[in-house]
Amino acid sequence: MLKIENLDVYYGAIHALKGISLELNEGEIVTLIGANGAGKTTTLQTISGLIRPKNGSITFQGQELTQRPAQEIVKMGISQVPEGRRVFANLTVLENLEMGAYLRKDKEGIKATLEKVYARFPRLRERKKQLAGTLSGGEQQMLAMGRALMSQPTLLLLDEPSMGLAPILVQEIFSIIQEINKAGTTILLVEQNAHMALSIAHRAYILETGRIVASGDAKELAESEQVKKAYLGG
Amino acid sequence: METFIAQLLNGLSLGSIYALIALGYTMVYGIIQLINFAHGEVLMIGAYAGYFAVTILKLNFFAALLFAMVVSALFGMIIERIAYKPLRRSTRLAVLITAIGVSLFLQNGGLQVFGTDYISFPQAIPRVTYKFLDGNVTITSHQILILLVTIAMMLILQYIVQKTKIGKAMRAVSYDKDAALLMGIDVDSVISVTFALGSALAAVAGVLLGMYYQTIHPLMGVMPGLKAFVAAVLGGIGIIPGAMAGGFLLGIIEALVSGYWSTTFRDVVVFGLLILILIVKPVGLLGKDTREKV
Ligand SMILES: Nc1ncnc2c1ncn2[C@@H]1O[C@H](COP(=O)(O)OP(=O)(O)OP(=O)(O)O)[C@@H](O)[C@H]1O
Ligand SMILES: [Mg+2]
Repeated sequence: MLKIENLDVYYGAIHALKGISLELNEGEIVTLIGANGAGKTTTLQTISGLIRPKNGSITFQGQELTQRPAQEIVKMGISQVPEGRRVFANLTVLENLEMGAYLRKDKEGIKATLEKVYARFPRLRERKKQLAGTLSGGEQQMLAMGRALMSQPTLLLLDEPSMGLAPILVQEIFSIIQEINKAGTTILLVEQNAHMALSIAHRAYILETGRIVASGDAKELAESEQVKKAYLGG
Repeated sequence: METFIAQLLNGLSLGSIYALIALGYTMVYGIIQLINFAHGEVLMIGAYAGYFAVTILKLNFFAALLFAMVVSALFGMIIERIAYKPLRRSTRLAVLITAIGVSLFLQNGGLQVFGTDYISFPQAIPRVTYKFLDGNVTITSHQILILLVTIAMMLILQYIVQKTKIGKAMRAVSYDKDAALLMGIDVDSVISVTFALGSALAAVAGVLLGMYYQTIHPLMGVMPGLKAFVAAVLGGIGIIPGAMAGGFLLGIIEALVSGYWSTTFRDVVVFGLLILILIVKPVGLLGKDTREKV
């Protein structure tokens, strides 16, 4: 469904992604794990069209993405929950969700999706009139996810959804990710929390300073000595 | 007491005009953190468009106002596209200097095209003076019109920004451009629309100023532009209700200083006020003391 080949991304002189390749099949949860500064966010921003790569290609359902403007990529069915949630704090919860459906014109369809999002995140319905900036961290994460779902993506990119959340909330968020996946959305999950990510993912890639250093079945990787040592605390 | 009421009425009409101009500054600042110093010139262009609409096209006042708004809106969008958009990733200082350049360019262009003379602005609406309080306080039909038009514009703007899809997108873009891009919002067109709206309001201010002073001139936008900038800072730059409040407040302060003290001190007080706010409460009256986003 998504195929990245030999992607090179630079920030000025900094070579952030050094020829990475990865692939997602329809229906999968694939996780991309790595330490701070490995290039995880850069990978997602490049897929979403916010950063232009120097070399390499990204194809989604056979179509090249790297030259397209961000809004076209959203239209094609790729939606991102960015690192740090990035909800519009000055907009209400409902307005944030409406922004997620910005490119859709089908009023009835939007309403139906909104109901689905409310059903998945009942908290958001309770707080729909509240400014997003007044939500707690966990609620903001739910809002960021709900907002991304409003465009009815076929591929959802999640950048460190567990960041800064209490363990109980992390559990909840991860089980919601699994539900979203079961409902038919393919997921690329970026995480530093390797343990949690590997427990729900089908496959995984490990990124180290701009290079993929390991990949494979999530369960197998979780058992490998190399990964245990570097990412699972022994 | 009569002086006070009379000056208050003057202050309200002048303040309306400042508020309309200040809205443009604040909206543009809110979305791209730029003080658009060419804003006063967009106002001037609106005033001339209104003038030609009445004199040559023979339009009535409201049609002329609409015409001026469209012309200025287009101008504002063109300025943004040509002068500011290519600098989207440059430093704020570079864009600011460009804005000053555009302003000077349009001032001198205006002097070339329209000439250096003051021309008298047609009285598209008859000027009637109403007296009350034993004739000690007067109000003109023009003052009433200025106030009503301003209030109508503010209500329309408030509706657009709060209730419409594009208005919500404007607020989203002003908060976080990258997140807006991830929603599929075309950030460039939202910025363009913001310039169009702010410029249309400047055109209204230009036409109203023409009515108020009964003359127009290619440099007519300079002083009101600077003062409206003060008003925007006074209310809190980037905050729409702040620009409205700041505009009215500034107009009233100016009128009271002129009435009780002297007109020559008026501008001293206005710009002294700017310095004072920048020292005491740089975020403005309605601004919140938050650290700048990084
Ligand atoms: N805007 C930028 N300008 C310059 N360098 C950048 C920029 N953004 C990221 N980098 C650099 O690129 C590299 C990869 O950064 P990236 O944000 O993709 O890492 P990450 O894996 O998401 O890290 P984290 O887990 O901390 O979020 C880092 O070395 C970072 O310093
Ligand atoms: Mg990151």
